[in-house]
Amino acid sequence: MHLLTLEGMKAEEITVLLDSAQSFLEVLDRPIPKVPALRGKTVAMMFFEPSTRTRLSFDRAAKALSADTLSFSPSGSSISKGESLKDTAKTVLAMGPDLMVVRHKATGAPWRVADWTGIPVVNAGDGAHQHPTQGLLDALAIRQRFGALDGLHIGILGDIRHSRVARSDIDVFTALGAKVTLIAPRTLLPPTLDSWTVETAPDLDGLLEDLDVLYTLRIQQERGAESGFPSVAEYVKRFGVTSDRANRLKPEAVVLHPGPMNRGVEIAASVADGPRSLVTTQVRNGVAVRMAVLFSLLGGEQ
Amino acid sequence: MASNGKQVFSSADIARSIRRIAHEIVEHNQDLDSVVLVGIHTRGVPLSSRLSKALTQIANRDMPVGSLDIGMYRDDLGTRPTPELGVTSVPSGIDDKDVVLVDDVLYTGRTIRAALDALSDIGRPRTVQLAVLVDRGHRQLPIRADYVGKNLPTSDAERVTVRIEEIDGEDGVWIEVGSCTC
Repeated sequence: MHLLTLEGMKAEEITVLLDSAQSFLEVLDRPIPKVPALRGKTVAMMFFEPSTRTRLSFDRAAKALSADTLSFSPSGSSISKGESLKDTAKTVLAMGPDLMVVRHKATGAPWRVADWTGIPVVNAGDGAHQHPTQGLLDALAIRQRFGALDGLHIGILGDIRHSRVARSDIDVFTALGAKVTLIAPRTLLPPTLDSWTVETAPDLDGLLEDLDVLYTLRIQQERGAESGFPSVAEYVKRFGVTSDRANRLKPEAVVLHPGPMNRGVEIAASVADGPRSLVTTQVRNGVAVRMAVLFSLLGGEQ
Repeated sequence: MASNGKQVFSSADIARSIRRIAHEIVEHNQDLDSVVLVGIHTRGVPLSSRLSKALTQIANRDMPVGSLDIGMYRDDLGTRPTPELGVTSVPSGIDDKDVVLVDDVLYTGRTIRAALDALSDIGRPRTVQLAVLVDRGHRQLPIRADYVGKNLPTSDAERVTVRIEEIDGEDGVWIEVGSCTC
């Protein structure tokens, strides 16, 4: 068993994971936030791409379950000496981990690692493809606020094209019954939207009064997002979540962002730190969701 | 739908047992203010609420209740499918309290072992007592119940099924002869 993608995941499976994450949130609130569930298990963190929050979050999750962790950083490892993904995976496998958490810039890399190693693999982000635990923690944050996602209108704003977060979010939000509208210039939408049941909107202003949730994506300069619009100033003018725009949202509407944030670009600092923002909740949920995922893959018979 | 097998305990028997256990808890605990009832998922949770209601009638005061999920503390993780986790919540806290753990069936004792570990992670009770609806024997650990609804001699091959209105739509205890699911 792996967690590689949220595509095709059923509402019941998602709900089991979110319920379990809710139980782990209670654990994280205790004076001693640690349970013995995965004592003796080892989780290998295979981050071939830079990451702070996801990597720390998985590490925290594994340790709160009493698992041990192995990790390397791409710059200081044999990756920088040209070792192939397969060799690295095989080398780490020989050290006896029970599960690998894989992040890689190439779409599909976690699937290959799963094939090569035969142990459970969790996709921690592959290229612009999937980021399943992010999708789950976002769904949890929204569920906590609204009770359920069914019937909510969720706008996903910005650089959809380069975003694995968007893909996982679309999968999980629609599976749980939300209506999803992608808000982006045409250049930042993927070439085809055929397999998704989503709507699209070319600008944000017309939708503000209708949204329950505004999910703001990061402009991913490292993935070439800026070729999708004339200038940052132009982007902010049309799509930036400014205080003005946030004020026009429904009173109970919330704003999410996966981080790291470009403050003043896709989201204004006053919104990111304001009462509508669920950013901190998202990060906190991340640890609990990852505990739920690790527990679901390693807590049963192998 | 009623279970197969022989019914050994009716709805009225369950109600009577709960009343009796409530009386025993009052008798056994001089300081009722420090008593907290903690139900073990799944069927211990509604049983603890019923016990609390019975105690409220007898002692004329509200009894705090909580729930405990022991899925993260099982000693057989890795040998069966991953358990679904329930809610652990003891709003009153357990530090320096007299905790009465409540479960439906006492069998090998392993659930209670896990529950004791789980309790020690959320606080340090003054005492821990155990109330069960049915004790069917076959202990594998040095654990015993303080309050027992019914002692039910069974063989390992038999299966004891407890059904509780709040979860199963009816009350009762049945014994079935069948393959061991332990």
